[in-house]
Amino acid sequence: MSVRWKDLRLTGWGRGPASAAQAARPERASAAAEALAAARGEGAALFARGAGRSYGDAAQLSGGRALLTARLDRILAFDAATARVECEAGVTFRALLDTFVPRGFVPPVSPGTAFVTVGGAIAADVHGKNHDRHGSFGDHVDWIDMLLADGRIVRTGPDAEPELFRATLGGMGLSGMILRAGFRLLPGSPALAVHARRIANLEEFFAAFAAARDSATYSVGWVDALARGRSLGRGIFETAEFAAGGAAAPARKPLPVPFDLPAFALSGPSVRAFNEIYWRRVPSAGREDVRALDAFFYPLDRLSDWHRLYGRRGFYQFQSVVPDGAALPAVRAMLETVASGGNASFLAVLKTLGSEGRGFLSFPMRGVTLALDIPRSAGADELMKKLERISCDAGGRIYLAKDAVMSPETFRATYPGLPAFEAALQRLDPAGRFATDQSRRLAIGGRAA
Amino acid sequence: MSDTWLILGASSAIARAFARVAAIRGADVLLAARDIDDAGATAVDIAIRTGRRAEVVAFDATDEAAHAALVERARAFAGEGTLNVFLAFGAMPEQSAIDADPMLVGPTIAANFTSAAVLLHRLAPVLEARGAGAVVALGSVAGDRGRLKNYVYGSAKAGLHAYLQGLRARLVRKGVHVVTLKPGFVDTAMTWGLPGMFLVASPETIAAAALDAATRKRDIVYAPGFWWGIMTIIRHIPERIFKKLNI
Repeated sequence: MSVRWKDLRLTGWGRGPASAAQAARPERASAAAEALAAARGEGAALFARGAGRSYGDAAQLSGGRALLTARLDRILAFDAATARVECEAGVTFRALLDTFVPRGFVPPVSPGTAFVTVGGAIAADVHGKNHDRHGSFGDHVDWIDMLLADGRIVRTGPDAEPELFRATLGGMGLSGMILRAGFRLLPGSPALAVHARRIANLEEFFAAFAAARDSATYSVGWVDALARGRSLGRGIFETAEFAAGGAAAPARKPLPVPFDLPAFALSGPSVRAFNEIYWRRVPSAGREDVRALDAFFYPLDRLSDWHRLYGRRGFYQFQSVVPDGAALPAVRAMLETVASGGNASFLAVLKTLGSEGRGFLSFPMRGVTLALDIPRSAGADELMKKLERISCDAGGRIYLAKDAVMSPETFRATYPGLPAFEAALQRLDPAGRFATDQSRRLAIGGRAA
Repeated sequence: MSDTWLILGASSAIARAFARVAAIRGADVLLAARDIDDAGATAVDIAIRTGRRAEVVAFDATDEAAHAALVERARAFAGEGTLNVFLAFGAMPEQSAIDADPMLVGPTIAANFTSAAVLLHRLAPVLEARGAGAVVALGSVAGDRGRLKNYVYGSAKAGLHAYLQGLRARLVRKGVHVVTLKPGFVDTAMTWGLPGMFLVASPETIAAAALDAATRKRDIVYAPGFWWGIMTIIRHIPERIFKKLNI
């Protein structure tokens, strides 16, 4: 059967400018290979797209062909003795949780939403709140089946086609289409014992992380991005461990955000009031509670389509990691820049990362990472540029899964694995079949937009 | 003793969704499909997710000589449990392709009607003898009225609708219930990228409707339900007007 394409306008989770693409939605690997061959025959560039949860332009390409993985959603093997799972690229973390948490296993690394796919988690080499302890998702991957630009399907792993493996972990889909993968789960339970305490300012936050990062399995800081002066960087610090024998929480349907919120809903005064209340809820002495796994890992998943909170114009998410030595002044400068900019950011998330990932373009390095939502109002682009500059000057780098506006110069200066990545692409995909708006913007492989 | 579903044409998106939801609700599933590697992946997925028994059997609907062996396999798989049948195979070439090649008329009718009737006729005595169970067969709103854009496929489905009415009358006497499920537009590989699609339902929606219809012993069900209203209007348009409509 000939491949049928559907016209779609695709955008990232941050709802930036959409790109028109023709999409195929294969229901099996052979159909994906047929779609790739058809696109190649027409000389079209293509890209794979999972849940569309990267924030910027990483899963879209103007005028390109999309291979959607939504229907490649089967779990192919599970061995409880070794905790090894094999699945197709479109399996979501939600499906992994529903299937394996009742048996005492959790995904080794969880990004902030369970709607992401395994393929997306590999392509972005995602990290979670346990990076110091467990690394990024790619550290738990045994092998990946790839559909390459030349139409071959190849299994790659640390010892099989290792260059392809390193180009795929964190490679943002540019090394080929991820079809299937094998990875290891970790023991876990449906509930976590969470310790939460109020943090007065940024110095206190850094001290809290320094004390916890080698002992706590999970840690995260929620920062009030509007606080200034002596309160700059105030927030709530949470650490968590799986609770033995924790009861499963009842499944709750996500609350919809039925329409795009008007701009004033997230204006400075309303967010400031919200943040104040949120902060005061937690006693300064700290408190201990048992929380359902979902509530700890995916608090925003309770609001489906929460990106609509930012209205029709959408938002940027800025996330960078800065090496430990330079982190405190850099994070302070970022928070000061945001707090004085008037672009109300709901909240910021602070985490520590443990070590480099295995991919050429893996985001993590040992340091501190800050993530902020920036509504796309007037001045947002300028603000993003300032934050990019602070990060770059401090030796940090910006997370490609969040990026929508980074300059190719900053990218090249901050991703030391880029030359090796480009060399791999030159071998795997010399014609540059796989491309995205992001790869063109960043001029990866010398192919500018 | 468990419920069992024989799923005919298990590679389609609706059948995959149906197999998953049936297993989630506690049934064992036997997946009959032409591409057994693909169906095998679906079976493993279902077994891992639900803990139910999920097996695969090679099946080509138009290979009528092989139907007897398939029925035997289904009977063995069900054992003492209830045997139910979900018939989901079919094929929808574009009308323009059929117009260009009249030799496609026969295979289209065979894939959607003849082979279904032959196989159901072979299953009927087995189901009668067991005295329980349900048959859910996928008809189509396209079978409610012959349309310019889709009338060969539609006429095959219309034939299937009539066949199922008779089968329903035959099997109800022996405690076996027959559901004619008429989906509207469903978001599958068959409709992906086709122009003129609207009110498209997910395969999961159709699968849940199919299972509910079997449980509640409904006879003819539109899925989603609003298609009953749409098709009631379409069926009542006078032919002298309808023949000029571009639908």
